[in-house]
Amino acid sequence: MSTDTFDKVADIIAETSEIPREEITPDSHAIDELGIDSLDFLDIVYAVDKAFGIKVPLEAWTQEVNEGKASTEDYFVLKNLCARIDDLRAGKSA
Amino acid sequence: MLLEYFQMIDQVASLDSNEKRLVAHSTIPRESPIFEGHFPGHALMPGVLLIETMAQASGYLVLGLNNFSQMPFLVGVREAKLRSFVEPKTPIIIQARLEHDGSGFAMTKAAISHGDQKICDARLTFKIMPFPAPELEAEMRRQAGRIGLNLENAPT
Repeated sequence: MSTDTFDKVADIIAETSEIPREEITPDSHAIDELGIDSLDFLDIVYAVDKAFGIKVPLEAWTQEVNEGKASTEDYFVLKNLCARIDDLRAGKSA
Repeated sequence: MLLEYFQMIDQVASLDSNEKRLVAHSTIPRESPIFEGHFPGHALMPGVLLIETMAQASGYLVLGLNNFSQMPFLVGVREAKLRSFVEPKTPIIIQARLEHDGSGFAMTKAAISHGDQKICDARLTFKIMPFPAPELEAEMRRQAGRIGLNLENAPT
């Protein structure tokens, strides 16, 4: 996970929600700890898509979690989320 | 328009898949039980129904672009501005443009005007999911046919 990616994502979360920026850490779970609900998360994904020029595959992630193929930690702990954003960016530029 | 049945769009004038933009026409009905309460002696199209009208135009835009593969449901309204009163019998133009095509969601910007007069505008968010019932998909296709939405490319 790049620090730049985390900083940008944390800024987006702070701007989109009412969560103080200093409470957002790489180990924060967006849903369980930060309390971001699914509708607010759409706003965050929208901002992430725009900021990084990617399309976060939220449908596929949600389906994997619902089917037990992945845990919410895999996608919604911020360091993991940011690592996946980096992967999506790398895939886009490859 | 049949306000009581939430039929807010009379006719689709154009759907531009490149610009991801839809333009539609409607006319506020002369009479409706809604006007008896909103308001007595001063009939006005309710603002919430103007927002619904923008949402339906946006929804048909999404349906047209995704060939009716999934159904958009309104989940967010932001920056809504209701700029002028709309009386019965007023012809209106509804415009919707896709702002963002996300994974499982879409965001649009929509506006309604009457001639050169701006009536309202808003940014809308939709959750996009499989049709929850075949009856709904069939009805949406029927309504799309009613308003002239081009379904030439839609799978049956």
